[in-house]
This record gives sequence, structure tokens and C-alpha cells, in this order.
Amino acid sequence: MTRRFMMMLGVPLALAAARLAAETTPEVRIGAKKFAFHPNKVTVKLGRPVVLVLTSEDRIHGLKLPELGLRAEIVPGQETRVSLTPQKAGSFAFFCDVFCGDGHEDMDGTLVVEA
Amino acid sequence: MLQRHRRDFLKLAGLAGVTFTAGLFPPGEASAQAGGDFHFVQFSDTHWGFKGAANPDSENTLAKAVATVNGLANPPDFIVFTGDLTHTTDDPKERRARMQRFREIVAGLRVKDVRFMPGEHDASLDAGEAYKEFFGATNYTFDHKGVHFIVLDNVSDPAAKLGTAQLAWLEADLKQRKPDDRIVVLTHRPLFALQPDWDWTTADGDKAIELLMPYGNVVVFYGHIHQEHHHMTGHIAHHAAKSLIFPLVVPGSQPRRAPKPYDPAQPDLGTRDVTMGSKVSLVELPVTRS
Repeated sequence: MTRRFMMMLGVPLALAAARLAAETTPEVRIGAKKFAFHPNKVTVKLGRPVVLVLTSEDRIHGLKLPELGLRAEIVPGQETRVSLTPQKAGSFAFFCDVFCGDGHEDMDGTLVVEA
Repeated sequence: MLQRHRRDFLKLAGLAGVTFTAGLFPPGEASAQAGGDFHFVQFSDTHWGFKGAANPDSENTLAKAVATVNGLANPPDFIVFTGDLTHTTDDPKERRARMQRFREIVAGLRVKDVRFMPGEHDASLDAGEAYKEFFGATNYTFDHKGVHFIVLDNVSDPAAKLGTAQLAWLEADLKQRKPDDRIVVLTHRPLFALQPDWDWTTADGDKAIELLMPYGNVVVFYGHIHQEHHHMTGHIAHHAAKSLIFPLVVPGSQPRRAPKPYDPAQPDLGTRDVTMGSKVSLVELPVTRS
């Protein structure tokens, strides 16, 4: 095979691989707004990579999930992407850890990792 | 001896609650440095402006606490408020109105040496801007009769951090202290991870504790959790105070933090009298005056 042929073959293969990776890494979108996450219960698979896509509709919030070592700030107008490959099954609480007003204490949710 | 007298007069006045004596400040070291025993009173979490079923008497509780402390036969040397002076609001004008009214009520305290610090309800939504207008700096130090008091702000950053600048300030202050100096830290949130998923922690509180650890006589008083709580990190004691708005449930006792149901006969609210002698003695003072 010529070098030119290899290049012609390689570019589409690289694009296909990137597309495949994007398609096979599921995304879970979580919105934050005073004083709740939407949804407030999400389910992911044990050992399967997942990307949490976090957005805020009003102000800065936080998402903290201590048992899986996750912490992110959620800034309005941008997507915060958090990659995660859960290594243990169970239900794990997450909560807003940036004080956001009267109701902040109730802003929480659950991540369920299914075996 | 002085402690026994204090308990006697508190009992005579019908005010004494549970007494807690912490084995701090070893007698030899303390007596060498102390300018004499003294006591102060801790108010916490008054949440002026809160309205709700958790305290139907919320408009009167703070004034009753002021009256209770004014009724002490032996007035304290000074009074500290460990944060959440007001209940949070998104409205900056209302926030200032609450601070104004709070200040008017506590002006009724007969003891005029009063030290304030913010809670997240006072300072987290505007980085302490309104608080500073009314009460001044959010972190500072003062000295009283041989004891060094350090006020730490773990609320102006809404992510519950002291921050690198304040930690550097703390480190610089501590470098001026001797290892056996008597040090009291006053703050709002617990510096240790009491219940992180209930926001009962300071994100970088472990760094403050690490800085304090070389000093042999340190005690921390804080609020935030609306109940009496005692905890040791090494030789450092941490004492949480009751609130003056509503009690919260015991950490970890249920999935979500929540107020305890209101009980008019036993509202579980109060202030605390702290005697600083060769040991630290705490006497809980329920709100009794109408």
C-alpha cells in the first residue's frame, strides 16, 4: 500500500473510532436550579464509563459525591463534564456544596450504580 | 473553687443546664500564664428573620436569650456570636434590614463587649458584603486575660472554604504564639468532617487543624449544627453550641438533616457559659426569661 493510500484509509478510521468512542460513552445530563437537581436520581452501570454533563439554570451550584470522590462546580452558561467509571455498586448521595440560599440544605440526589 | 461558685450561682438562678468540663489547659501551664479565670457567653445561630413551624416563637426567642444572659448574677466578661445571626434571603435590602433589627435587639445586652462572626446565612450569598457593613471584619483576633482568640471565617466562600489567604493569615498569627499559649478558635462551621453530606464540615478545615496541632492548649467553639456536640481531633476539643432558633437532628441519625419538631415545653434552645480556668467548663443556659 502506498503512503497516500494509508493516509486515505487512516483519516476515516480515526474519525470512526472517535465517533464510536463518543457513541459508546453514555452521557447523563443533570440540571441544577435552586433548590433541586433534575433529575435527582440517576442510574449508571458498574464498571462502564459515563460522563455526567452538569448545567445550571440560575447561579453557581456544586455537586459533591463523597463516596466516589467526585466534586464539581456548576457554572451557569457552560457545561461541566465529569467522567466517571463506577467501581462499586450501590446508592450514593450527592448534594450541592455551594451555599445557594434558603433551601440549599434540601438540594441533593442519588446516583445508583447497578451491577 | 471559682467554678463551683459559678455553678452554685447558676443553679440558684435556676439557669444551669448540663455542665461539661473539658480537661484542657493543664493546671501548671495555665496558671503560669493566666491573668485569672474568666467566663464568656456563646450565642449561636439566632437566624433572625426565620419564620416557620420549627419555631413559632421565633420573633421572641432572641430577646428572651438576651434577657436570660442579662439575668446572670455574675455577668460574663464578653459575649460571642458564632454565626448565622440572620436567616438567609436573596434580597440584599431585606438582608440588611434583618441585620439592622438583629443589631437593635442585641444592643439590649448589658455586657457591651460583644464579638460577632458570620454564618453562611449571613455571608455566603454576597461574600460577606452586608455583614461587613454592619459588623466589620469576618476574621480577626483578640486577646483576653492571657487567652488568644482567633475568629475564622468559613462561610464567606459559599463552598465552605477558609481559603489560602486566610490559612496564610492563620499561620502567620500562630507563628507569634508559644507552643503552650492558650488559644481559643471561634468559627461557624465545624473545622472537622462531622457530617459532610449535611454541609457539616469545612472544605479545608483539616489544614487549619494541622496548623493548630503543634499548640498544646487549643479549644474550638462553633455553631452551625444547632445542637450541643463535643469532639476531639487529637488534643484539640471542638464544642458545638445550641441554636436560638430550632434544634437540628443528631448527625447521621436520618438520611436528611431536619429541624426537630417544636416542643414549647422543651425547645432545646439556649446559650452557653464558658469558664476559662485551669480547665474549660461549659454550662448550657436554656432560654428561660420571657
